[in-house]
Amino acid sequence: MSALVTLLVLPLAGAIAAIALPSPVGRTAALAAIAATTGAAIVLMATVAFQGMPRLEMGGWTPPLGIVLVADGLSVALIVMTALVMASAGLAARHAFAPGTAGERAAFGFWPLMLLLWSALNVVFLSRDLFNLYVGIELLSLAAIGLVAIDGKATALAAAMRYMIFALAGSLLYLAGVVLIHAAHGTLDIDLIATRTAAAPDGLALALMTAGLMAKTALFPFHVWLPPAHAGAPAPASAMLSGLVPKASFAILLRLWFDTMPDRASDGALTLIALLGTAAVIWGSLGALAQVRLKLIVAYSTVAQIGYLFLVFPLAGGASAGVPWAAGAWTGAVFLALSHGLAKAAMFLAVGHWMAVAGSDRLSDLRGLAQLMPMTAFAFALSAVTLVGLPPSGGFTGKYLVMTAAFASGQWAWALVMGGGGLLAAAYLYRPMAVLFARGAQAGAAPPSRARQAVPLLLASASVALGIASAGPFDLLAIGRPLAAEEGL
Amino acid sequence: MTALLPVLILLTSLVPAVITFFLDQESHLLRNALSLGGAVLKVALIVVMLFAVAGGAAYETTIPLAPGLVLLLRIDALALLFVSLSATLWLLTTIYAIAYFGTQPELSRFFGFFSLCVAATTGIALSGSLISFFIFFELLTLSTWPLVAHKQDEASLKAARSYLLYALPCSAALLWAIVWLESATGPVLFTEPPDLDGLDPMSLRAIFALFILGFGMKAAIVPLHGWLPAAMAAPAPVSALLHAVAVVKAGAFGVIRVIYDVFGAARVAELGVGIPLAVLASATIIWGSLRALQQHDIKKRLAFSTVSQVSYIVLGAALAGPYGMIGGLAHLVHQGLMKITLFFCAGIYDVRAGVRSIAGLNGLGPRMPWTSTCFSLGALGMIGLPPMAGFVSKIYLGIGGLESGAPWVLAVLAASTLLNAAYFLPLLYRLWFLEPSPDATGDENAPALVVPAVIATLGALGAGVLAASAVSPLGWATLIAERGDIR
Amino acid sequence: MTALSLFAVTGAVLIGIGFYGLIATRHFLRRVVAFNLIGSGLFLFFGATGARGGVTDPVPQALIITGIVVAFSASALGVGLVVARARLSGRAALPEEEDGA
Repeated sequence: MSALVTLLVLPLAGAIAAIALPSPVGRTAALAAIAATTGAAIVLMATVAFQGMPRLEMGGWTPPLGIVLVADGLSVALIVMTALVMASAGLAARHAFAPGTAGERAAFGFWPLMLLLWSALNVVFLSRDLFNLYVGIELLSLAAIGLVAIDGKATALAAAMRYMIFALAGSLLYLAGVVLIHAAHGTLDIDLIATRTAAAPDGLALALMTAGLMAKTALFPFHVWLPPAHAGAPAPASAMLSGLVPKASFAILLRLWFDTMPDRASDGALTLIALLGTAAVIWGSLGALAQVRLKLIVAYSTVAQIGYLFLVFPLAGGASAGVPWAAGAWTGAVFLALSHGLAKAAMFLAVGHWMAVAGSDRLSDLRGLAQLMPMTAFAFALSAVTLVGLPPSGGFTGKYLVMTAAFASGQWAWALVMGGGGLLAAAYLYRPMAVLFARGAQAGAAPPSRARQAVPLLLASASVALGIASAGPFDLLAIGRPLAAEEGL
Repeated sequence: MTALLPVLILLTSLVPAVITFFLDQESHLLRNALSLGGAVLKVALIVVMLFAVAGGAAYETTIPLAPGLVLLLRIDALALLFVSLSATLWLLTTIYAIAYFGTQPELSRFFGFFSLCVAATTGIALSGSLISFFIFFELLTLSTWPLVAHKQDEASLKAARSYLLYALPCSAALLWAIVWLESATGPVLFTEPPDLDGLDPMSLRAIFALFILGFGMKAAIVPLHGWLPAAMAAPAPVSALLHAVAVVKAGAFGVIRVIYDVFGAARVAELGVGIPLAVLASATIIWGSLRALQQHDIKKRLAFSTVSQVSYIVLGAALAGPYGMIGGLAHLVHQGLMKITLFFCAGIYDVRAGVRSIAGLNGLGPRMPWTSTCFSLGALGMIGLPPMAGFVSKIYLGIGGLESGAPWVLAVLAASTLLNAAYFLPLLYRLWFLEPSPDATGDENAPALVVPAVIATLGALGAGVLAASAVSPLGWATLIAERGDIR
Repeated sequence: MTALSLFAVTGAVLIGIGFYGLIATRHFLRRVVAFNLIGSGLFLFFGATGARGGVTDPVPQALIITGIVVAFSASALGVGLVVARARLSGRAALPEEEDGA
């Protein structure tokens, strides 16, 4: 129970300390908060795995009036993934945002924004109240927009403004849905709404909220803000923005469709969502193929990878005699989200190292860097394996589960999307790999130390380890898994 | 302990692989010790197990992934046939590669991926479930890429790209086949036949075709063979690995597993998919030989010869009868021994005499007698001259064809033998009977290169001469067929 | 028209105006204002839903206050961004829409 509060309060306290205390002390306080929150995340995971789901009614108020925090398997899996990415980004940022390396304002602003982002993510992953989720996702967007704009250049500010329009429009749509649901049911508690009989405005509310969250997740066709925003930010910020931020709005979508209103889904809506996901896979991949800057390739790849996640909606359930597990597609989608978070963060951190050495992220400037920095090149390659969905990575486990669910429920066309998307990913990730491994002029600047190069490698290894040791995460995700994930929408 | 044996065998190449990645370029001694030590240890472990398995023992290790994704490592007679081949040839190739590369740059990367490649092959051999097979199969694809691209020049990178261009779509097809099948039957283990009645015959045929697409690319079945000759840009030890030990063999082994352990020979016959595959394999045999005739580069000619020869294995499996199977399995080993000899020799001609084209072979026989004798014996074996190993495989394949009601197989074998002779005999003629060009140089003062070639030649010779004994590849293949390790 | 439906209709009108502003204007400051208009409309509507059956439900009011704080911070960030960009480039609209700003 205390671990739940710790996860929200620690990063906030760190953020305030980073603002209030003078520069070197504030930085140390921020790093201490990062370490402590990572520890708290792991403790919470152990608690959920071995003792059951902790539940906290804030201030002693019970629903429908009070707000409830619950940690289930989905929450802690996302929280631990977040902690890993945050800790790595923090380590990378110690150098990227060291005073003197970055501008004064960026060096000051990064730490509070990062910790605020983390706190907001944890709020989203733990809340069981639709309005509290709104507050969480709004805080998240504001911190993320701040991180996009952090280096203060005109292009970054434009990217942040574009992001803001989509984020704010998404928030308003979501809020409109919340209003409608409260008007119909008199409560915003997820578990209470699930027990109420369906009311007339539910469909509209669900549609509004889904559209709003899609805009925040950057699902096609709401993706246009993502590539410039993620590619324009400094590498540690991009790692968080691409790896973590879209997962928060996707987690709310899962909660909304599977926990809150599983009986309000219609086949047409589910197919439409998955079609948008398919379009995202194709469009994002083609976009990545067309880029000549590595950061943009990686950012467009996020657009494509987000598309996979939305295939879960028509595919959930569909248990058949041939499939020896429950909730294959739902679990598979979460596996994809987790491994994408780890792998994508690793990729951005690796690209950050290369940019520091080569001075640019144009593919033509990165020739031969694998020879100079084999560890980061290997990290990039491992991440690529995960994103393509090759075994034995976490991406493969997710892909296998989703594809099996597709065949078992007779909707094999979605399996085609998964398979084709993997090939497209291989195509757009091959180009940077080939450039890195080609013989070429070595860049001038000295490479970062081995310890710093190890950070992206560890993250990438974690995304592969998620596949090798998939039994543990699979069982963890089964804790508190909604019934609709097993029976289908 | 016994339950851990399959894992230990896997670790003998996995652990050196991981450690090698972190070694400095300068640590030649430690790196070589790791590679050789792992290889020797693996061979030793396998010898221990050969005796145990011949006595009927089976080892099994299960590592659970997510439910349904079972990583099952299992040692039965068939697994051991493949794993002992790859382990022995790996040891030879490691010795050869250490001498071949000397102190060239980027060796830690090379030997790291080299060991990883063999770990993947071992995993493929030991896999007891379809999904384990797939996992190691893909690991093999990925770990081979840096080896093909090793020289990092334009040609190597192009070859490596072409390899992935073939490999990834085909592995997508393979994954499709597995997922389609397993979504209806549950996880497929090679030990217990999956219940295929839940799928209609058309679906089963489609699944079979997807499997062949997936494995056929690695086995270089026409028209999925284009990557193999292109991969000749890689260094000689890599070619040896691709052609004899790992990649094409993994594809052929996959075809065997699918026909005998997933579908079952009876079901393959019932669905009527065996004969079309046999026809495809025959077409590959002829086409590969015809293309080999047109090549002027030694390694290119050998590469097309591989395209042709590996399809003997596929042909044997596709005939789906006991004799065909024995012939195919025996050829899995025979082709490996003979082809690795040829590639070792081609590498020696390249490094010691600077000869890559066939015309350059003129008169090299007396100058490089050991190498040339090995090369000649390997080539004669490929043609199928008794008592070399290739002869034995062809006999069994021919009987297999008659037994499965496909007498045309005999014609294919005869035509192929003539073509083999047509593209190998001119090489031997040049080696031994033509005068060397005046500026030709060349010696073979490199025992670490020559000895592996000699050992491989002796192996190929022994496999043919001692075919009747129980420890020969043929004897082992017969044991597998009689014991019904594969149905 | 009851007082309640007056609230609801006013809210709906505000949302409509704000929505138009969000789509049709290019100056970023106008868009921030439009966003606030939609927000106010939603809050008005939300408040009206809390008055069912003559008894006032306090929950929407509490949520509206929270919402206003959130919207205020968002507006502040938006204005901050537009000021920073205007200082750097002299423009207050997105680069792809600049001709109209």
